[in-house]
This record gives sequence, structure tokens and C-alpha cells, in this order.
Amino acid sequence: MNLRISTAPHIHHPVTTQRLMIYVLLALLPTTAVGIYAFGLPALMLLAISCVTAVLSEFLWQKIAKKRVLISDCSALVTGLILGLNLPANAPWWLAVIGSAFAVLLVKQLFGGLGDNFLNPAMAARAVLLASWPVHMTSFVLPTFFSGADAVTGATPLATKSAQLMDLFMGNIPGTIGEVSKVAILLGLLILLFTRTITWHIPFTMVASVFVFSWLFGADPVYAILSGGVLFGAVFMATDYVTNPMTASGKMIYAAGIGLIIAVIRQFGAYPEGVTYGILLMNIATPLIDRFLPQKIYGRQKEVKKA
Amino acid sequence: MSEKMKLGKVISNGIVTENPTFRLVLGTCPTLAVTTSAINGLGMGAAATFVLICSNLVISLLRNFIPDKVRIPAFIVVICTFVTMVQLLMQAFIPSLYDALGIFIPLIVVNCIILARAEAFASKNGPVASACDGLGMGIGFTVALVILGSIRELIGNGSIFGMNVLGASYEPMLLIVLASGGFLTYGLMLGLFNLIVKKSEDKKKRKEAEAA
Amino acid sequence: MTENMNILLFFVSCVLTNNFIFSRFLGCCPFLGVSNKVETSLSMGLAVTFVMTIASLFCYMIYNWLLVPLGITFMSTIAFILVIAALVQFVEMFLKKSSPTLYSALGIYLPLITTNCAVLGVATLNMNNGYNLLYSVLNGTFSALGFTLAIVLMAGVRERLESSHIPACMKGFPITLVSAGLMAVAFMGFSGLV
Repeated sequence: MNLRISTAPHIHHPVTTQRLMIYVLLALLPTTAVGIYAFGLPALMLLAISCVTAVLSEFLWQKIAKKRVLISDCSALVTGLILGLNLPANAPWWLAVIGSAFAVLLVKQLFGGLGDNFLNPAMAARAVLLASWPVHMTSFVLPTFFSGADAVTGATPLATKSAQLMDLFMGNIPGTIGEVSKVAILLGLLILLFTRTITWHIPFTMVASVFVFSWLFGADPVYAILSGGVLFGAVFMATDYVTNPMTASGKMIYAAGIGLIIAVIRQFGAYPEGVTYGILLMNIATPLIDRFLPQKIYGRQKEVKKA
Repeated sequence: MSEKMKLGKVISNGIVTENPTFRLVLGTCPTLAVTTSAINGLGMGAAATFVLICSNLVISLLRNFIPDKVRIPAFIVVICTFVTMVQLLMQAFIPSLYDALGIFIPLIVVNCIILARAEAFASKNGPVASACDGLGMGIGFTVALVILGSIRELIGNGSIFGMNVLGASYEPMLLIVLASGGFLTYGLMLGLFNLIVKKSEDKKKRKEAEAA
Repeated sequence: MTENMNILLFFVSCVLTNNFIFSRFLGCCPFLGVSNKVETSLSMGLAVTFVMTIASLFCYMIYNWLLVPLGITFMSTIAFILVIAALVQFVEMFLKKSSPTLYSALGIYLPLITTNCAVLGVATLNMNNGYNLLYSVLNGTFSALGFTLAIVLMAGVRERLESSHIPACMKGFPITLVSAGLMAVAFMGFSGLV
């Protein structure tokens, strides 16, 4: 998640970015804590590895490219943490390393770094990992904290469609580290809204869109929004500053599009989950949305926004 | 400069200075599509080289007879004749490669490298020089395809030319041999190539500055 | 009803699942070359759609009604490329006379289309897959619409990248290829839809 100030001139101000990133980290704290508590030591290891790799990649790139080292803005840390939360708890360690390095180096720094990437780094990296090592990325374990026993592998409830709604809500289901507990995610949402880090437009429109389209396609709409990564994606990933439209109406079109794509992929596609692809595809469409829904600039004729 | 050295220069021009894949960025479709393995890259490169040499030679011989207005269709007919020959030969003698390259064999016709060389070189130069230009460009194209094919095969399959080099415990990164990996690998290789060229140019400039 | 459903599925397949750019690598040269502005990309896409539709029709007729009866199907590539070249020439002349505005919008792209491998590619695919007349034409139109979608999305992204601080060695083709690669990853989400 990076900061992009929407109207020209663009000011890259590390202190502002840092404060926003710290709010995001704060909002991720409940999810992270529940994830580690539920999945135990392997989850902690994975999250630590992906965070360290992300920050280290950013540091090395900025050193080698002789740029200002900006790891203190915490944006790499956020990317690493979100990527880690998107992995299954029993994923091998090198998956976290490759994913984090790919996210920071190829999706973000190669395009110019903070604010210049057109895709959400963690999402793009996750899609790459999913395409490269599908088995590792889709073998989930049941959280050990509910059963008290050793880890048991299970399919995601998206594939089986058999979990109880309460289990889905509390997080007693197999899934990635971050997506299972909806309570923790909602707590994070409150923190983000309360600190004005994000506005309500994207998360609420996206969840509503998944609800409506799942219902239209004949799936159980409540089950649809509680299972998989819909809530986690809506709160923490679709809201990335850099890669969503600038205006409120643009944001709502963007979020509705994500919801539609998720419902289509889940119902008709080969993958059980579509959150990653929904967000990435609408990231790609974002420049066009911004272009055809120009924002109002007071006092002068609108020009092309690019500085 | 002797005649031989000139021809040598024409050949090396296609391989290094004006490498069609890494310097001119021509013929991107087959480059992306067939470099899923080193052997496919080699096969496509060889087929394109054959067509390049023959079409350059014939077009150079005919260059004074083809009216200027219909030269492009005429070039295409010449190129197409050789592509059809390659297609039939491959189908008969190396059917496995023919199947692997699939639709991209007939599409050599619209490979911009070949038409570009016909227009830019063969229609203005003698037959020997034109054939050498075709050879150089063909080798440049083939080398680039084999490099890209080897890298993608190594990362995406753990092998080069079908021989396993990274061992059984290596878990291949499937993406690299898929469509998206083609774009990524080619893009990163181009960037790396630009970086190397720029570094060596900087060095040269610095040396010249020092000498001055 | 089922026929309509089949056509809808075919549309999804051509535009999203088997997108010409992101999964078949057909038409990459114009995709990389003329994707720097949204408007020009849209014009290019429409010109390609127009030519690909008509080319599919004519190539189908030439192949099935001329080459097959004469037993000279090995001449298909040469016949197709001549049909396409003649067609592009004809379209250019026709547009120049009948619709000068459209001509000035599409004009410079038309000659480029002859060597766009998407056009020859779709004719060859129609032949290889044994599509009937209707599906050949639909394949031409739908695949070209997929191409248009890809090139317009790419143009949007590239306009945005203009203001980015991309490392010098990656500017131009390299970053465009990397962007295309990442977009292709996103398009993989559509796999299995049909």
C-alpha cells in the first residue's frame, strides 16, 4: 500500500506516508494476532520471513539504484505483511521469500517505487505464486487453536461449501493466515475508518457487489461474503491508495467491478477464489476509470492529471 | 576495407549491433510464443533464418524487375513461398517440432523482421550482401530465441534442451513457461541488455574524455 | 436458446479466456507499438476488428470454396496473405472515398494491419479448427474485440506510467513487456470460464 496524492503537484512526503502506513499496520494487528494464535508457530515464521524479505529487498534496491532509502515509510513492511497474510500457514518458507521479493522489486520498484506501481504489489505477487506453485498455495490447514490437535489439511470452505456460518465468521475454517477471522478484519476496518485512513466507499461497495452478484448467479450470498478472502481483500487490499481510482464515484465503480469478477470466477471459473484476480483486473482498469470519470478541479479547466 | 571484411561486418551487424530481438524489438509474437523451451527457440530461429536468407537473396536478384508500387505484395509472395516450403519440410521430417511451433510457422510470413530486411536491405543491395544480411539477422534472432528459451526452460521446468540441470528437488516456477512469463522474461532481458549497453557506452565516453 | 448460449460462451472464450494478446501472443507488435495513447489504441482496435471480421469471411470462402475443391490446401498461407493484403488495400480506398473522417482516424493504421499477425493468425486458426462460416466470422470479430480490450487497457496503464520514475534502462519496451506480463497474470483468473 502506497500513498498517491491525487491532484497535482505530487508531493512525496515520507512523514505523511509513514503515519498512514502505521495506521494500516495497526489495523492489520488484530488479523495478524489472530492468525498467529490460530495457526501457531509456522504462521509467525512465515509472516516474519515475508516482512523481513520485503524490507530487505526495498533497502537493497534503493542502495543499488543509489536512491534515497525510504524503508522507514513502512510501505514495504505493509506489503510484506499483507503478502504473508495471503499465504496458507503451512506454505514453505521460500514461497514467502519469492513472493515478497517479487512484490517489492518487480511490481513496485521496477515501476519507480512508491506511488508509481499500477498493481497492488502483494496481490500481483500472490497471483504469480498461485500460477507457479498451485499446490503449495491451495493446501490449507485448519486452525489448530480451535481443535487443539495437530494441524489437519483441509480444502477451503469455498471449495467444499460446507462450513457453518458462525465458523466462517469466527475463523474456524481452513484458509490463508489473514483471511480466516472476520471479526479481526472488521476490527481492522473500524480502525482504518476511525483514523480516516480509508473511506467507506470501496469496502462496502465491494462486499455489497459480491453479495448481489453471488445471489444473481444462484449462490448463497451470505456464505459468499464470509468465505474466502472477500472481507480481507475489501478492507486491506482493494483500498490500496495507489491502485484505485481517485474520485468517490470511480472508487464505487472499481469496487463493484471487483465484486462482479469475484462472483463470476467463483461461479464459473476454474479457480475457487477470485478476490486476487478481481482486484488485479480492476487495478488495470483504474487508469481508464480515472480518465473517463474526471475529477473536478476547482477554479480551472481540467487538464490531464499527470504531472 | 576488403570485400570479405565488409560481409563479415554485415553479418555481425545482425547478431550484435542491430540484433532484431534485443535491439530492434521486431518479431515479438514468435519470440514470446515459442520460447517456452530452448529447442523450440532453436527450431523457430532456424526456420526464420532459412526464410530470411532465401527471401533476401531472391528479392535482391529481382530488385530491378519489381515495380516500386507493388513491391510490398511482391515481397510477401516471395517470403510466403519459402515459408510454405519450410512448413512442408518440417511437417514431413520433424513433425514433433512442427506441432510444437504450430500456428507460428505460417505466421513467419508476417514476421516483421523478414519484411523489414527485404525493404531496408535486400531491395537496395546485391545478392551476396543480402544473403549475408539474412544470415546475420537470422543468427541474431536464433541466438536471442535460444537465450530466452533456455532461461524460461531453466526456471519454468528445471532443464535446458530437455536435460534436467537443477535436480529433482527443484520446484519449477510454472509461470515462466506460461504466457505471462514470456512477457516478463523478455521485458527483464531487454532491460538488462539496455543496462549493459549503457554501462559500456559510459565507459567508452569516460575513456574518450580522459584521452582528451 | 442453446445456440445463443453457445455464442455467448464463444464470446467469453475469445475475449477473456483465450485473449489474443495475453494467452495466444497474436498481434503483439501493434500491441507494444501503438499502445501509448488510449484514443489511438481504440482506433487501432476498431480498424483491426473491421479487417479481421471481413478477412475471416473471405478467407473462409477462398479456403472452402476454392482451395479445397482444387486440392491445393497447401497454398493456404499464400492465398490468405494475398486476400488480406488486397482487402486492406480495398478498405483503405473505400474509406478514403466514402468516409474521409473515419479514414483520417484509421488511415495510418490500415497498412500496418497487413503485417499484423492477428489477422493471418485468425484465418489460420479458423482453418485449423474447422469452424463453419458463422463461427469463422464470429471468431474474427470476437478475437479482435479481445485484442481491442487488451490494447486499450494497456494504453491506460502506459499513460499512467508516463509520470512514473521508471529506471532508465527499463523505459519503453522493457517496462511495457513487464506490464503486459503482469496483466497476463491477472487475465489468468478467467481461465476455465468456458
